[in-house]
Amino acid sequence: MPKTIAITGNGAMAEAMRQINPDVVAAFPITPSTQVIEDFAKFVSDGKVDTELITVESEHSAMSACIGASVAGGRVMTATSSNGMALMWEMLYIAASMRQPVLMTLVNRAMSAPINIHCDHGDSMGARDAGWIQLYAENHQEAYDNMIMAPVIAENMDVRLPVMVCMDGFLISHSVETMQIEEDGKVRDFIGEHTALNSILDFDNPVSWGALDLQDYYIEHRRGQQEAMNNAAAVVADVSKRFGDQFGRKYELFESYRLDDADRVVVAINSVAGEIKEVIDELREQGEKVGLLKIRMFRPFPYTGIAKALSGCKIVTVMDRSTSMGAFGPLFGEISNALYAADNRPLIYNRTYGLGGREMLLDDIKDVFAESKEYLDNGKVEKIFDILNVRGA
Amino acid sequence: MPKLQDLAKKDSAFSSGHRMCAGCPVPIFTKMLTRVTDYDIVVGSATGCLEVASSIFPYSAWKVPWIHTAFENCSAMMSGVEAFDKVRRKKNNTEKKIKCVATGGDGGTYDIGIQSLSAAMERGHDLLYICYDNGAYMNTGIQRSGATPLGAATTTTPAGSVIGGKQQQRKDLTRIMIAHHIPYVAQASIHNPVDLSDKIKKGLEVDGPAFINILCPCIPGWRIAPDMAVESARQGVDTCYWPLYEVEQQKFKINYMPKEKLPVKDWLFTQGRFRHLKDDKWSQILVDFQARVDEQWDWLLARHAESE
Repeated sequence: MPKTIAITGNGAMAEAMRQINPDVVAAFPITPSTQVIEDFAKFVSDGKVDTELITVESEHSAMSACIGASVAGGRVMTATSSNGMALMWEMLYIAASMRQPVLMTLVNRAMSAPINIHCDHGDSMGARDAGWIQLYAENHQEAYDNMIMAPVIAENMDVRLPVMVCMDGFLISHSVETMQIEEDGKVRDFIGEHTALNSILDFDNPVSWGALDLQDYYIEHRRGQQEAMNNAAAVVADVSKRFGDQFGRKYELFESYRLDDADRVVVAINSVAGEIKEVIDELREQGEKVGLLKIRMFRPFPYTGIAKALSGCKIVTVMDRSTSMGAFGPLFGEISNALYAADNRPLIYNRTYGLGGREMLLDDIKDVFAESKEYLDNGKVEKIFDILNVRGA
Repeated sequence: MPKLQDLAKKDSAFSSGHRMCAGCPVPIFTKMLTRVTDYDIVVGSATGCLEVASSIFPYSAWKVPWIHTAFENCSAMMSGVEAFDKVRRKKNNTEKKIKCVATGGDGGTYDIGIQSLSAAMERGHDLLYICYDNGAYMNTGIQRSGATPLGAATTTTPAGSVIGGKQQQRKDLTRIMIAHHIPYVAQASIHNPVDLSDKIKKGLEVDGPAFINILCPCIPGWRIAPDMAVESARQGVDTCYWPLYEVEQQKFKINYMPKEKLPVKDWLFTQGRFRHLKDDKWSQILVDFQARVDEQWDWLLARHAESE
């Protein structure tokens, strides 16, 4: 029987790791992801997993050890946040380009400077071109479910790419929520055995990994990687369907909340979606046709599906919890890309919020919808880019 | 210990046809790896000359499993390989151990790779790290490293009219590794295959972390003739710039005592990178260089005597 328990987001991710029972975990402490590895270390010490836990001296070494163990043939995992992932940067690209199905819990935290331990999405958004599949979660349950699906997606032979499962620092990682932990046996059956590919421990068939690759081959290898990433969309959809059949919770590449007849839509990622849904329910009671499109998979980005989902509405507010200095927010860029080819292009604009953990309250969300109403009534967007809840604006 | 003639008959880990420079002595040690042991070995390389020249896709000079990912992380990457092997043996219920070897030049070891090296040694992985020390970032075109000796002209420490090459003494990485209290640390030279093969065998077969630092002259970097690498390494050892010694469980043993300790300048003046030091205005560099060699040699003699 599945267990319904109250647990922190980090605790839930550690539970998922215990059930996955990876061969090797290599990690380095960083707030707010530290507890994932602390809880997992307890499982190691209590013999509840078969994992070799490598307590490395840096995140760069964490990802390097993960890649080494993965190329050796193991199922490997890590967890990190913010600057920790930034220190992995070089190795993130190498993990993906060497097509290693490494699994990561990324507890989203703002990038320094100024140093800040709270939530925004600057870390994972910065890594969006690194070649990792990125899944996002509104709450504890979704984060856990994404992680249970992650190895099945990553290790699919048409994919073989690393997966980053993202959830909001503190808002999810440190808050306690009631959720369902599935049965160990059922989870393990769902995930299945790991298959090594061209292991460097196959001494009968010695392989060289990480060769120097110059003008005559590099672009073909990059093209192959792009193809694998494109394949991932269908695989994520398929694995999500199987997960729903098995465990009863249905996931798409993005979630459409009261979207069908919506005129005004907000697009957002992660925990803020919960608040937006609440405000939408309230506004719907008052007869306002509002809805939410919540991103679950940011890489690969589901352009076609999103274009279709948004093409009926009249105005779209894209909410970014990160900045791309000198440019619009990363999510806004993708939604605009998706909509350019759509038949009925809605009005669209970009709002940045919540950097460094700045709170976004229900009233703030109501303001967002009030503004979109004003824009729609006037038939034009006054300010295409703005930052919410900021002094000096 | 096995005879060289017997070792030479065994399969090499490294094929001919690689693209190391003519006269480069680095492949001397890579060819030894499988010859000195019956263990299956897996080799990881830091970015550098050996990595670049052995693996231009779609070719590979490696006849054993080999991996490269980046410059500074070879020890961490091989920690992952070694950790997975432990799990694999547990799961397959097999005792057959493999041996993991990490290789890096002095740039990838003394400098950018020292953090991951130090940590891997501290964690106690069953891993042999071999540094081929040629005294600069040779692969990128001879830039100074923490291993570059005082006074050496490199492309980032050129000998000019006011600065006479590198202004700092090199760091002593072998002693840093000894301070890790790992089971085996050795300093070897590419010119002495008997000593070198013994040390590689010991380093491979010891249970736990091991570190070997090998003096490997670089033809373009040292500005010596392509047939001079082995001879130059020999001279470096005879001046006591690069003593051959090993430390097992903190017991020091000097493996080779030069009959006559040659003045270091006799060796330096055979190399183009020190040519400018013949000018009297740089005489203090030679004095300081010799003083450091003497100090380190005396220190080592004392450790050797204590251990006897």
